[in-house]
Amino acid sequence: MEITIRDAVTVVHGMGFGALLLLGFSGAFIGLYAMSYSTNPWRPAAAERRLFNLYLAGLALLAWLAVFAGAYLIYPWYRAHPPAGAVDLTGFPQRLLMSSPTTIGWHDIGMEWKEHIAWFAPICLTALAYLVWRYGADLGRIKGLRTALFGLALLAFAATGVAGFFGAMLNKYAPVRGGHEIVLMKAQSHD
Amino acid sequence: MTDKQQTIPNGPGAATVLAAAIGCFVLGVLALAGDAVPSIARLLNIWNPTGPLSGVTAAAIVIWLGTWAILSRLWARRDLSMAAINLSALLLFVGGLLLTFPPFMDLLQGK
Repeated sequence: MEITIRDAVTVVHGMGFGALLLLGFSGAFIGLYAMSYSTNPWRPAAAERRLFNLYLAGLALLAWLAVFAGAYLIYPWYRAHPPAGAVDLTGFPQRLLMSSPTTIGWHDIGMEWKEHIAWFAPICLTALAYLVWRYGADLGRIKGLRTALFGLALLAFAATGVAGFFGAMLNKYAPVRGGHEIVLMKAQSHD
Repeated sequence: MTDKQQTIPNGPGAATVLAAAIGCFVLGVLALAGDAVPSIARLLNIWNPTGPLSGVTAAAIVIWLGTWAILSRLWARRDLSMAAINLSALLLFVGGLLLTFPPFMDLLQGK
């Protein structure tokens, strides 16, 4: 059971950072709602508040790690140009997708949108983490700010969802693969 | 304690929200500009393996952080109409979303 280094980096980007971030949104939404919208708002103790601030900062960090790994590690492998006359395009995912009318949309719409919209998530999450750190329990009383806070969270979630969906689909149709091989486990065949 | 809470200005929060919206809108504008104008794409290509995306995102981050710093300083002790800030931010976010959406980009370029 082997995996190439490019596969491994893609897994870390998509599953390690992206999927973990998507999971983390549920906790963020619940915490934000409990603090600011509930009729009986959660008044966290100092330690709880510190923990929630760290949680939100962690989400923002995951988003930054996901976009930087995507743009500066995986994207160059994705958009690599094959040598002239190359027939086998498996090592050149973008060119592979563009070589067929049935898959070109995954690049033209999927990757083109994902590579830009994904950056909305870390920007919005950084802003959100700052707002909660700065205003904390007072967020519930500042109505306009509370609305903005949920808007930022929803936009970050949507951006992460779009990027995650297209990332998964792109990797199905044209996986980013290659480089040094890592042996995960040696197995024997069983009938 | 209540008096102290009531005097917390919303200016820094408003600056944070509006700066994030401006950063996302700028990202959309630069994505479109890089897609539509080859000379701008070359200018944005600050790291060749990643191509123009490197310049689009770097410039958007610099503008976002710069705007955030400036607005935070200007609005540090002010109370602003969050309704106006939120409406402006909503328009900028929607603009940014549309400008990054490839079919809309193509529509603007007449493709």
